Amino acid sequence: MIVANRKNIREIRDMIKDHKRVLLVGCGTCVTVCLAGGERETGILGSALRMALKLDDREGVVVDECTIERQCDDAFIDALGSHGAEYDAICSFGCGAGVQALAERFPKTAVYPGLNTQFMGILEAQGVWTEKCSGCGNCRLGEFAGICPITRCSKRLFNGPCGGSRDGECEVREGLDCAWQLIYDRAREIGMLDKLESIATPHDWSSGLDGGTRKVVREDQCIAGLGPKA
Amino acid sequence: MAENEPLIIAFCCHYCAYAAADLAGSMRLQYPTNVRVLKLPCTGKLEVNYLLTAFERGVDGVIVAGCLEGGCHFLEGNLRARRRVERAREILGEIGLEPERVEMFNLSSAEGPRFAQIVTEMSTRLTKLGPSPLRPERTTLEEGVRELTLQAEANLSGEKHDRCQP
Repeated sequence: MIVANRKNIREIRDMIKDHKRVLLVGCGTCVTVCLAGGERETGILGSALRMALKLDDREGVVVDECTIERQCDDAFIDALGSHGAEYDAICSFGCGAGVQALAERFPKTAVYPGLNTQFMGILEAQGVWTEKCSGCGNCRLGEFAGICPITRCSKRLFNGPCGGSRDGECEVREGLDCAWQLIYDRAREIGMLDKLESIATPHDWSSGLDGGTRKVVREDQCIAGLGPKA
Repeated sequence: MAENEPLIIAFCCHYCAYAAADLAGSMRLQYPTNVRVLKLPCTGKLEVNYLLTAFERGVDGVIVAGCLEGGCHFLEGNLRARRRVERAREILGEIGLEPERVEMFNLSSAEGPRFAQIVTEMSTRLTKLGPSPLRPERTTLEEGVRELTLQAEANLSGEKHDRCQP
């Protein structure tokens, strides 16, 4: 899932300072699960923001909140109906994709992010999320026993650990597992050590973040006349 | 009630603090009348937004009273509540409202005198702090607190609501 955490209230308050009617929009998908921008968190921020504005003598500012199922899908934004256009600003509590989807849907309304989108990760323990995928566009997890050296090795090494691996821990930060120790241990466990003996080829970064917005098109799923923009 | 007297909401666990408040009454113990008791099935039901909504309505302080640590009927509801109270305190600090306006207490159902003591302690603390800067006039405040109580009861009874209606 996409993991995010909320911006501090001061930052949000400063972003909306020129507006009189603000709608906080939560998202019911990833950010609900990572307890950053779901219905409950948006409600908390709504209360906090209304109080903060009142304490700033800006009592006239209207701050309402609502949560839709999924911000990153235009069909779900329908649930907002015409509400969005009734406000002069929207503060999205979705990930960066959600913020931009709302901005596209409401072209005449200022849209602000209420969260800092962090990474794609998993729930490690109650209240703890860790990054697992960098979305490099060219997955090679099969070569590394299912542990990603791009995301989890601090130096993104493809051919074994550096000299900073100590007792399974990375030298970069205390408590950070050495990805290569994990790769080695797991490869041994599943009988794949031989795979690590061959030199890993350089990664094809052309499918990564550089070179503009990435797009995935499934021609068989496209509806004639409603296909993707060229 | 005097206009400047602090108004306190006490979120009380059904299994301990609520019974302790009842006991305090049966024992004819005297404690400030400015507290409004709201019963929860467990303090673990408490959400941060309950606390913030109370402050938004203008209450001067909030008491969260749960079972003794280790004695929660639902094992760890009171421990979770303590962490939520901490989070609410952080948020209050962030917006410039004194965090000490909300506090978590632990007591057993046999501690009527302790309940009276907690209310007295919070009342004294809030009188010293002065009224909440968010406080409306008395009748609006009382009305807001009544509404909040009804809302909480509706939430607890599982009443559905439309989450996409700003």
